[in-house]
Amino acid sequence: MDTLRTLLLSLLIVIAGGATLAAATDGFRAFTTESARRLAVREHAVPVPDFPLQSASGGHFTLQDLRGHWLLVDFVYTRCQAWCSVLGGEFAQLQDLLAAPIAQDRLRLLSISFDPVNDDPAQLAAYQHRFGDRGHGWIAARPLDGASLNLATRVFGIRVIADGTGGYIHNASIALVDPQGRLVRIFDSGRPDVVAAALQEMLAQ
Amino acid sequence: MRLRLPTIAACVMAVLVLVSPPARAWLESSMTAQMLVQLPLLAAVGAWMASALPASAGEWFARRDRWGINGLLLASMTSLVWMLPRALDAAVDDAWIAGAKFATIPLLIGMPLALSWRRASLVLRGVFLAETIATCFRLGWLYQVSPQRLCSNYLLNDQQRLGYWLLVIGAALFVLLMGKLLAGRFDPGPDAQMQGGER
Repeated sequence: MDTLRTLLLSLLIVIAGGATLAAATDGFRAFTTESARRLAVREHAVPVPDFPLQSASGGHFTLQDLRGHWLLVDFVYTRCQAWCSVLGGEFAQLQDLLAAPIAQDRLRLLSISFDPVNDDPAQLAAYQHRFGDRGHGWIAARPLDGASLNLATRVFGIRVIADGTGGYIHNASIALVDPQGRLVRIFDSGRPDVVAAALQEMLAQ
Repeated sequence: MRLRLPTIAACVMAVLVLVSPPARAWLESSMTAQMLVQLPLLAAVGAWMASALPASAGEWFARRDRWGINGLLLASMTSLVWMLPRALDAAVDDAWIAGAKFATIPLLIGMPLALSWRRASLVLRGVFLAETIATCFRLGWLYQVSPQRLCSNYLLNDQQRLGYWLLVIGAALFVLLMGKLLAGRFDPGPDAQMQGGER
């Protein structure tokens, strides 16, 4: 009798444990916060709220002004020695790989600084210059207040932590916003060819 | 035996101390402190709580825990959930998940382990320990070599330091287990005694 009760309880524990694990990993598909975020965005497009930005030329605009274009968005800080330099170079490469849709004004690239105190328009312009900005289609900008910055990092799932030496550690990814202003995909950084191919496919649809 | 209120009260106090904002801020500031100090302390409180259970509850569980397998199974399943990098991140960011962590690690890991260990046979204990050692090595190795941060809230060097300590702990457990096998004395466990078994 005890054996039967024990096996019954074992079965229950395995079922409940398995169900919990499945629920906690989106059906064994996402084990880290980052992969979960990508999966969620891919399955349900996330509307991006409007927030004000200041560009490298000093002009003010809001995200709403960019509606109607496809947008590739990354988050950087210009003093960064690590990921942001990869991302900066990558955006210049994407300007080449996606020259046609940029020329047709169907696509814009947008780098948003999460260090707006340091990254004034001059710093942003210098950052773009340093990584070989081709001169069109790439906007570097900073949020003008803390609330906008928080909103932007939260919507795009950017987590920034201080690295203890005055810099920041952050997840590096490239987000795709469709012309309706919805976040539809998140790409790994480091593979501009993959981003370009996926975008060509979506633009062709 | 009746419910031991002083022990229960002390356990609740211990959990409250661990949940308090200063303790959380300190123990959750690094991945290493969270996994090697906070989580083991929570499990230890649960094990302590097991000694305060009323006899009737202990007997109820004992009737459903032959050979101690269910306590070890429950603890293993619960540990699996809290080994997910996502779950650790969420427990820092989300109050509900944090609540689940502070409740389930004492009640579903520490307490069942304490209750079932003495019922577990030599072989079952060996399997459980071997798997614990293997898990330390697997996770330690992963954390050492992964170029990516697995937890969004923690730095890469923190992850690598945790990997190093997991390898150290795995090695220490292995040495202890080998020492016990080569030189130790064995308690064959209650089941073996009942069945007149030998070591």
